[in-house]
Amino acid sequence: MGARTISPRALARGLVSVAVALLLWELGSRSKQWLGAGVFAPVRALLGALGFKETYLPCIGAVPPPSAVVHAWAGVIGDLGYWQSWGRSFLRVMGGFTVAMVVGVPFGLLLAVNRTAFGIAFPVFEVLRPIPPLAWVPASIIFWPTQELSISFVTFLGAFYTIVINVVGGARAIDGRFFQAARSMGSSRWDIFRRVILPGTLPSIVVGAVVGMGITWEVVVAAEMISGGGSQIGGTSGGGLGFFIWNSYVGGSYEQIVVGMVSIGIAGFISSELVRVLGRQITPWLRSR
Amino acid sequence: MPVTAALSGPAPVTAGEITVSGVSKSYGALPFRKEIVRDCTFTVARGKLTVMIGPSGCGKSTLIRLLAGFERPDEGTIKLDGVDISGPSRDRQVVFQETALFPWMTTYDNILYGPRARRQVTPRTLELAEVLLDKVGLREFRGKYPQQLSGGMQRRAELARALINDPTVMVLDEPFRGLDALTKELMWDYCARLFEESGRTHLFVTTDIDEALFLADSILVMANTPTALRAELIVDLPRPRKLADIGADDRANEIKRQALAILHEEAMRSFTPAGRAGPELAAARATAEVNR
Repeated sequence: MGARTISPRALARGLVSVAVALLLWELGSRSKQWLGAGVFAPVRALLGALGFKETYLPCIGAVPPPSAVVHAWAGVIGDLGYWQSWGRSFLRVMGGFTVAMVVGVPFGLLLAVNRTAFGIAFPVFEVLRPIPPLAWVPASIIFWPTQELSISFVTFLGAFYTIVINVVGGARAIDGRFFQAARSMGSSRWDIFRRVILPGTLPSIVVGAVVGMGITWEVVVAAEMISGGGSQIGGTSGGGLGFFIWNSYVGGSYEQIVVGMVSIGIAGFISSELVRVLGRQITPWLRSR
Repeated sequence: MPVTAALSGPAPVTAGEITVSGVSKSYGALPFRKEIVRDCTFTVARGKLTVMIGPSGCGKSTLIRLLAGFERPDEGTIKLDGVDISGPSRDRQVVFQETALFPWMTTYDNILYGPRARRQVTPRTLELAEVLLDKVGLREFRGKYPQQLSGGMQRRAELARALINDPTVMVLDEPFRGLDALTKELMWDYCARLFEESGRTHLFVTTDIDEALFLADSILVMANTPTALRAELIVDLPRPRKLADIGADDRANEIKRQALAILHEEAMRSFTPAGRAGPELAAARATAEVNR
């Protein structure tokens, strides 16, 4: 987590990167229009030989171009339902993530400092951990009373394991000399926990939170799609961004699918950045290297 | 008592004698058990600066952990002024090889760690913290985190953090390892002055014979693993000392020759089977060192 100011050169590189990506995407999407030119005959032949359609580039040629996506976006940006999708996914993410932090951080610290707790809880934890959160969707629909709780629970699982693993690892990696020094200076066990273990683990907690936040977004969207996104709440307006995409797919609005995808990308970026900024605030000693 | 007395008062030293008798310590489970310290006996005299020197990896740090009370000896006893050492205590403050300053605390918070841990922050402690900040020359760096300090500054902050606890014994485990030559010499000077002003018992661990000669009242030369006392050399050079004088002093060179001869012999034990060529080679190299 280095410099906080963005240099003009870095900004320029970022803008170039985005511009080039958009340009390639636009060109690729419009391949139907230019691939027919005589110059590209060998390309068409190659595509045909590989079993693809010869009229457009594979994959990218079937995706709506950015210009069309922007157009579709302009169509929904004034639509309350679109923003409600944002709001609903955000609430689910923040709910699941907050609970994962509130439960995961103390649980991780307990596992790190208490050998008995570790011995009892860790084997079960390690068996449950490899189960992908999405595998929990059907079970969670069955055992939670409302769909909203099911989705939030799956979201919670997505962040929980990552947070716990990071906290345990971080607390255990604290150098033994810090404990020795603290004991020499007369620290009690509580004092060591509060002033050595807790601050010593903070950087790992922040890392766990940033990674966990990313996973939360991956999970919430899929959970919304699979569970129907609480469509009974009111169609597109209540289903969250995942359901927004699913609904667009079912409705055949391909531009809107991409609008949903890009929206999730932006939402995930904003959330992770928020966590990072908060994390920097609580670990000032890492900033000052 | 004035605030500075804890640091500068050459008050008569009435405490701080460490007696190590018949101490052994092994690590690991059988059949891979390795004996690190074997039947080790020595005394750290009160009010003196004793330097422990030995080949690296010989078990000096293990002895320090036992003295500090982080671990218990398998056999033998370690006493401070006749009382068994049963655990870590503010009586014995250890400055470690690498910095053990808490990275998440500023210099000032690091220095005040001990008093805060014991809930003994009084106006006098706060005043003492200021005195120490001046003494170690870190007043302007009080708000900086350890990573913003240079190596030498970190060592000084660490000395201050230990000194504020007013220990009976200061234990310094290769504290200046890894510093550049110039900073190291400045730190020797600094350390000697701190010792001379306080008259507190110091145990200083090193692998560097020049460091030992400059600082020591007495040098404990340790055997290679499993370690024990090989020889004790008294360094009766007047204080305050100057590095240049020591290089030119015949008595100092004689002590250096003796210490190096033993050290090379001990170091050879890790290289040559049964120490065959050990002693002769060691003697030859010791002479070469002195004549250089």
